[in-house]
This record gives sequence, structure tokens and C-alpha cells, in this order.
Amino acid sequence: MAETTTEGTDTIEALSLVPKAEARQSMKDFKSDQEVRWCPGCGDYAILAAVQGFMPELGLAKENIVFVSGIGCSSRFPYYMNTYGMHSIHGRAPAIATGLAASRRDLSVWVVTGDGDALSIGGNHLIHALRRNVNLKILLFNNRIYGLTKGQYSPTSEVGKITKSTPMGSLDAPFNPVSLALGAEASFVARTVDSDRKHLTEVLRQASAHSGTALVEIYQNCNIFNDGAFEALKDKQSAEEAVIRLEHGQPIRFGADGSRGVVRDRATGDLKVVTVTPENESEILVHDARSASPTTAFALSRLADPDTLHHTPIGVFRAVERPVYDTQMTEQLDTAIEQKGKGDLASLLAGGDTWTVVG
Amino acid sequence: MTSQVSSAAEQADGTVVGEQRKANGVKDVRRLDRVIIRFAGDSGDGMQLTGDRFTSETASFGNDLSTLPNFPAEIRAPAGTLPGVSSFQLHFADHDILTPGDAPNVLVAMNPAALKANIGDLPRGAEIIVNTDEFTKRAMTKVGYAASPLEDGSLDGYQLHPVPLTTLTVEALKEFDLSRKEAERSKNMFALGLLSWMYHRPTEGTEKFLRTKFAKKPDIAEANIAAFRAGWNFGETTEDFAVSYEVAPAAKAFPVGTYRNISGNLALSYGLVAASRQADLPLFLGSYPITPASDILHELSKHKNFGVRTFQAEDEIAGIGAALGAAFGGSLAVTTTSGPGVALKSETIGLAVSLELPLLIVDIQRGGPSTGLPTKTEQADLLQAMFGRNGEAPVPIVAPRTPADCFDAALEAARIALTYRTPVFLLSDGYLANGSEPWRIPEIDELPDLRVRFAQGPNHTLADGTEVFWPYKRDPQTLARPWAIPGTPGLEHRIGGIEKQDGTGNISYDPANHDFMVRTRQAKIDGIDVPGIEVDDPHEANVLVLGWGSTYGPITAAVRRLRTAGLSIAQAHLRHLNPFPKNLGTVLRQYDKVVIPEMNLGQLATLVRARYLVDAHSYNQVNGMPFKAEQLATALKEAIDG
Repeated sequence: MAETTTEGTDTIEALSLVPKAEARQSMKDFKSDQEVRWCPGCGDYAILAAVQGFMPELGLAKENIVFVSGIGCSSRFPYYMNTYGMHSIHGRAPAIATGLAASRRDLSVWVVTGDGDALSIGGNHLIHALRRNVNLKILLFNNRIYGLTKGQYSPTSEVGKITKSTPMGSLDAPFNPVSLALGAEASFVARTVDSDRKHLTEVLRQASAHSGTALVEIYQNCNIFNDGAFEALKDKQSAEEAVIRLEHGQPIRFGADGSRGVVRDRATGDLKVVTVTPENESEILVHDARSASPTTAFALSRLADPDTLHHTPIGVFRAVERPVYDTQMTEQLDTAIEQKGKGDLASLLAGGDTWTVVG
Repeated sequence: MTSQVSSAAEQADGTVVGEQRKANGVKDVRRLDRVIIRFAGDSGDGMQLTGDRFTSETASFGNDLSTLPNFPAEIRAPAGTLPGVSSFQLHFADHDILTPGDAPNVLVAMNPAALKANIGDLPRGAEIIVNTDEFTKRAMTKVGYAASPLEDGSLDGYQLHPVPLTTLTVEALKEFDLSRKEAERSKNMFALGLLSWMYHRPTEGTEKFLRTKFAKKPDIAEANIAAFRAGWNFGETTEDFAVSYEVAPAAKAFPVGTYRNISGNLALSYGLVAASRQADLPLFLGSYPITPASDILHELSKHKNFGVRTFQAEDEIAGIGAALGAAFGGSLAVTTTSGPGVALKSETIGLAVSLELPLLIVDIQRGGPSTGLPTKTEQADLLQAMFGRNGEAPVPIVAPRTPADCFDAALEAARIALTYRTPVFLLSDGYLANGSEPWRIPEIDELPDLRVRFAQGPNHTLADGTEVFWPYKRDPQTLARPWAIPGTPGLEHRIGGIEKQDGTGNISYDPANHDFMVRTRQAKIDGIDVPGIEVDDPHEANVLVLGWGSTYGPITAAVRRLRTAGLSIAQAHLRHLNPFPKNLGTVLRQYDKVVIPEMNLGQLATLVRARYLVDAHSYNQVNGMPFKAEQLATALKEAIDG
């Protein structure tokens, strides 16, 4: 990975309080001395490389970057980043990171989690972090399987999945993480794929620039327990029909030569995929990630067929400005000092009604 | 005339200490050394407010006092029923006292349910003031009175004062533009006025309080003040109340200083703010509302101008999780809860043990198991605090002994957490939380210095001479690891719940290393420097009574009674439950018999027996209420005699 310059973050409001690196950084600066211990061929390697490769672009003092994770294969991630890090407990990373980010606005706090960690045991913390809009960047590695416990179905596994714990097929309907995040009022929601380094990096770039909680779902291949789960999106031929690349301000077209497009169904108001013709070309939906209403973003998140993954949008679904929790928390502290003066312990302890005993 | 003070006095001498007879038409005034009053009514009758106000009047007058609020878990239980009764007991005296008192000398019963629920606690001869307006046939039938207890002779042994409180209140407020229902709501202030007259309480504080509380509704404020004054004047004029009482200030009971009345939860909140200031670290509270701990969250959320961040989390787990995250970032981090919340936080407490970060876990114990008795007190979380985690996960435990002591206990818990980089349990309980007593306000320069040093640079030199930072290289004295907070250049490191290699903190599955780390974490907690236990033993007794936490008041009161009766008994009280004071074993072995009263089924006794092989006797009560001094005295006398 070529060295990247440290310019750029001065203008990003989300990172304005985080000190900048004094010297140019390279990918090497973000590699810890620990041996990476994922299975050979795991999609996590590609994501780690992309994140390590992207970090120098932010140009932040690396001592002001913290990675917090839960439990699962992906949650080993912080050990491999030469930043501050905490490998916590199952599902709780968003809660821990919330306390850190809310008390230290000079930090860039990242959460690394998986589909089991974030959506099963930690589902509650995830939705509450999203609704609060704490300044966190959450990278959700979705491989649609439990890897670390060796192959049980996960909350994103397709119905009927045969696994060790579901020999006759799983009965649970899966979560769609993007739909879930949008429903939880997330201010930034994106999806990308482990093997598409360029796309992944671009999504990271936009997530870092976002003020508040950013949820990035990363489709990640578990080559041991769920190999090829996203093959439809990766195989060059099938990807043409399967992948819809969302770009803000651009008509939503995909397929060979943009032959396919997304339009609004006039009868139902829902979205549907059509073959683009001169007649309907003007009706092709223009993607608006900044729309105040999450309705269309939600409709986009429902386009994909959960079994075949056909018509899977990737990119930034939603990126809107919303009050940021930790900013407002600090403002309340400032306001309290303005109104009442800086706290004086002696007068607090003395309170109102006192009496004095003299010798 | 001793009916005002039961014979079972803490100082065994509760008597009328003076009497003034005045000219015809002027009422008698008698001087008493102490009084116990219980206000009881429906949940909606405002009994807690009435009790609080009487307490404030009494505190500002300079009596020593101790209070016991007792209320149902339901916000508004069905009106007029026994489960809906809410009460507030106040004990005040001209000398130092230790408990809210065993048996009330005076009961104010606002309805038949309040009478029925409380009459059993009253000694014969006690005064009962009842609101006769509420003694309708329907209301009496609701609580099982076939005939009116006011007329059937069942209260003959008591001094009954039937007062139509509601009617008198409504009458007093007829000049105000209020509906009857609105006027009736001031009847608690009428009762407060009457009692304030009976005991010569200062009234300015209550009038000022009412004006502030109803600042936005001046009519309501004035109506309440009018009811309050009407109650006072009723006492002054009616024939039924022939005597009023004085209880002199407890000047001799208190060391020189400035005092205020304070509840346990308020003292604990102030202790946390003080610890933050003394440590020069911002305070971060991650919490989820739970009775009886929520008041700490409420209180701390008012003090944002002290840099206090309060985070109301989505659940108990997130409350402690956020606190732990803030601790990683260098805050003085706290989570507050009660027993069921501790159960949910257990895994995160284990993580904090592994991460070796400072964190305060405040458990305001309540009746258990499960939801149990949310508004009642208990001490049954001791073993949960001690052992309630997977693996070997030792956590220090500090327990306050009185409401005001919650302040010092919070500072002590913070000292241990910060010095030893460990989660610490602060075990208060519902009785301490809501009870109150006078507190000598400390001078700021009396408070301990809790400042810490964050790691600033490398702490280890490798064989090749390279200077590195090892997050698990320990202080040889305390065994604490360095606290290196994000933002410190060169100290970037990763910590987690997986076992770590000694020193480097890297993941390690090495068996010998795990054995070493488990023992080292235990040794760190075992080695915490805590003061030795002090024994109060003026007569070289054979029996020692050992307690912890909120039983201090009742145990000490019982010990006083026994000594007054000529018996010898030694007393010791634990503040540190983990580790125990170094001299505890020696102390225990000096006595023929050790008795441990607890509001659980013998949890401290279990620890003491296991640790010291001492045949400690348990004396237990788990009825949701604090021990009564008389009951404890009887039990301890049996131990001495047996």
C-alpha cells in the first residue's frame, strides 16, 4: 500500500477535536506486533488490510484512535491495530465505546463487531447506540454464520440453513442489518464487501467524515463455515445482476451497461427493478443519501432477495446530520457551568439547612 | 408520666426530664429526652413528605435523629388498602441515638389501613392521632374492621386523639379558591402543623420549603401554609391536646462543627462528587434506573457543573459497560444499581477484574431473590458481591454503616479502586439509602488526596535495550498495573478479557502463566491496605458481636442496653468485607463466642467461619426491615447467658 498523505481531516467536522499526527503515516504504523490468527483465506484479512491502509489517510494521532470489539472472530481485530484497543465481552462493545466516546471527545472510536455479536447477544446495545447517535464508527462484519463457536446459524443466516445446531434447517427469519439500523434511526448506514478494497475504503472514508454513529455492514466471507455466502456479489458475471452500487446524487442503475434500474412503483410506492428503456429512463430513482426521511433508504434495503442476494445495494444508504450525543452532553456541562458557575464542593456539601455546634 | 418514651429506651432511661405547669388555661409543657413518631397513611397521602419536613424541622432544631421511611413498591397501590400504607418513622433525642427506634411513642394514622398496619408496633400507652374523617364504614370494612376500632374499646390502652383532619383542613381553606378535593390534599400539612406544635418544632423552614416547592402555584403554596398553621393552632387551642413536649437540642452529643441532615443516597452521591474532585478526575456515571438506587442517578445528574457526566443506559449491562469504557478513558467511573442489576452486570465486572481498571459498583441492596422486595432493605448481596462471577474474580468490598457514613465509604471505595486499579463494590442498602441522620459537614482539606498518576512513558527495557510499555507490568508494592489512557503517545496497547501474558499483556494460553495471573490478581486484592478492625470492649467481655453495614445502629444500641444492664459484651463492625482487616482473625479468636447479626441468612458468618475456622453464631432477620435494638439485645443476652 502506497503511503498516503496526512491531509484532509482538517475539514472534517467529525474529527475536528481529534489531534493530528505530527508526521506522515503509513499502513505499517497501524500494524501491531501481534501475529494475525484468523483462518487462512478469511475475509477478515482483507478488511484489516483495508482499514490499516485507510487510517494514514485520516492523519490522526494514532494514540487518539481506539478500537473496541466484542467477542467473535472479527472481535480479535483490535489486537492487530497499533492503536489503543479493547477486546471486551460478547455484544457489549457499543456500550463500552459509548462511555469512552462520551467522556473523551478527542478520540476517534471504532467498534468492530460481527453478526452474532452485534445483532444477537448485543442487539440492544447496537440499536441504542444508533438512536443516540454517539460519535462511533461501527464496522459490522457479517458472514451470516457463527465462526468462533464453529458453525451455528446466526441472526443473519437464511431461513432453513443447515448447521450443527439446525440439522433440519434453521427456523429463524434473518435480520437485514441495514434495515434494522435504518429502523433504529441511524444517521449513517452503509454496506460494503470485504473483497472490494476500493469500495470498502470509500465507505470507510465517508463513515469517518460522518458526525455521530456510522454503521458499516461489511459482507465478509467465512471460508470455513459458510464459504461462498456472498459469491453472487463477487463472481463477475453474477455480480452484474446482483450488485447495485449506490452513489449519492446518481441514478440507481446497474447491470451490463446500466441496463437495469430502480424505479418507484406508482401503485404501491415501493421500489422495483426494471430494465431501462428510453421511456422509463427519466423515472429511474436518483439516490439521495441525505434525505431527511429514511423511507426510501429502507425500501432500497429491502430490494435484495435474501436467498439469492440478487439486487443487493452496496454503498451509503443514508448519511444525515443529526445532533450528536457526546457533543450535546458536553454542551449541557458547559451550560450548567455558565448557569451555576463551576462546581464548588464546599458549598455543595453545606447545602441549605445547617446548624452549628459550638464547644 | 413516661408514656411518651417506652421503657425499652436505648439509654434505658427514657423519662420525662422536666415539667412545667403553667397558670390556668395555659397548657403544660413537658421535657422528654427522646421521642419516636410514625406518620402513616395511604401512598397518596404525602406521608414521606410530611416525615421529611418534620425531620428537617427537627434537624435544624439541633436534635440527634434517625429516620426510617417505609413505603410500598407500587406508586399508587389501591387506596385505603393495607398494602398501600406508606409510613415514615422518626426518632429524635437530646442525646446521640443510633436507630430510628423500635416502637413509636406516637402514631399518626391518616386512615383505617394505616392504623391497622401499624398498631401492632405500638406499646400500650402510646399516643394515636387518627383522622376520623376516613373512618367510614366502607373504609373500615376494606381492611377488615367489623366495628370501629375508635369505638369498640380495642384502643383503650392507648391515648387516642380522634381528629377530623380532613374536615378541619377543608374548613381552614374555605377562603381559598380550591375544590374540596384540592383542599383535602393539604391534610398532611395540617397534621404536620399539629405535630410541630406538640413538639415545639421551628416552622419557618417548612413555610419556606412550601413556597419554593409550589413557586409556580402560589395559591397552592399559601393553602398548604394555611393548613400547616391551622394544624398548629388547633393543637394550641383544642382541649384534646393538653400537653406539649420539648426535646432539647442534643448539643453534647455532637462534636463541634456545622451539621446538616443527610440521607444515605445523598451522602453517597456527594461522596462520589468529592472523590472526583479529590482524584482530579471527571466523574462518569453509567446507570439504569432501579429502586432503591435511582436517587443517586437523579442527584448526580444535577451536578453537571462539577463536570459530572451521567449516562442513563438502555440496560444494566450498558450502564456498567459505558462506565468501564469511561474508566479506560481516564474517568472516575461509577455504576449504581441494586441486586438484580448486579446480576446483569456480573460479566462486565469480571471483565473489569481482567482489565484491571478502576470502577465503582454501587449496590443499594434490597430484598431478594429476583425482584424480591424493591423498597425494603436487606444485606443478602454480600456473597454475590464476593463470588458472583465466573472464574477467580476477586473484587474488594466496602460497606457504609450509617446514612452519613455513605460519604466516607464512597471516598474509601474510590481510594481502593484508583490505587489498586480494580473494580470495587460499595454495598449500601435500602435502609441506609432512604434513612437520614445529622452529618457533620467535613472541611474540604480533611478529605483524602486521591490523585493518580497516569502512565506517561515506557516502563520496561527489553534485553536488546529497547524501551517499551508493558500494560501488565505491576507496581511492586500495590501490584497495580499502569493506567495508560488513550491519547498518551507511545503507549498504544490492547487489553481484553482473554488471559494475558504477565507483563506484556499479550494474549496467552500458557497454563503456567494463567496460574500465575490468577494468583497475582488474588494477591493484589488480598494485599489491599485496609485499616485494622477496632474493638469496643470496655469490660473484657467473653462475647463479641460482629456486624457489617447498616446493622451498626441497631447493634450498637443493643450493646448499650446490655452494658447499661450490667452485662459485658464486645463490639466490632466491619467496613471492609474484602479483604478483611489483617487483625480480624486475631480479634475473633480472643473471644469465647462470636455472634454475627445480619439481615440475611448468615453470609458474613459463612465467610468468617470459612476463613478463620471460628465457630461464629449467626443471628438473622430477613423481613425487609432493620433490626430492632430490643430484639437484638435479647438475642445477644441469650448468647452471653448461654
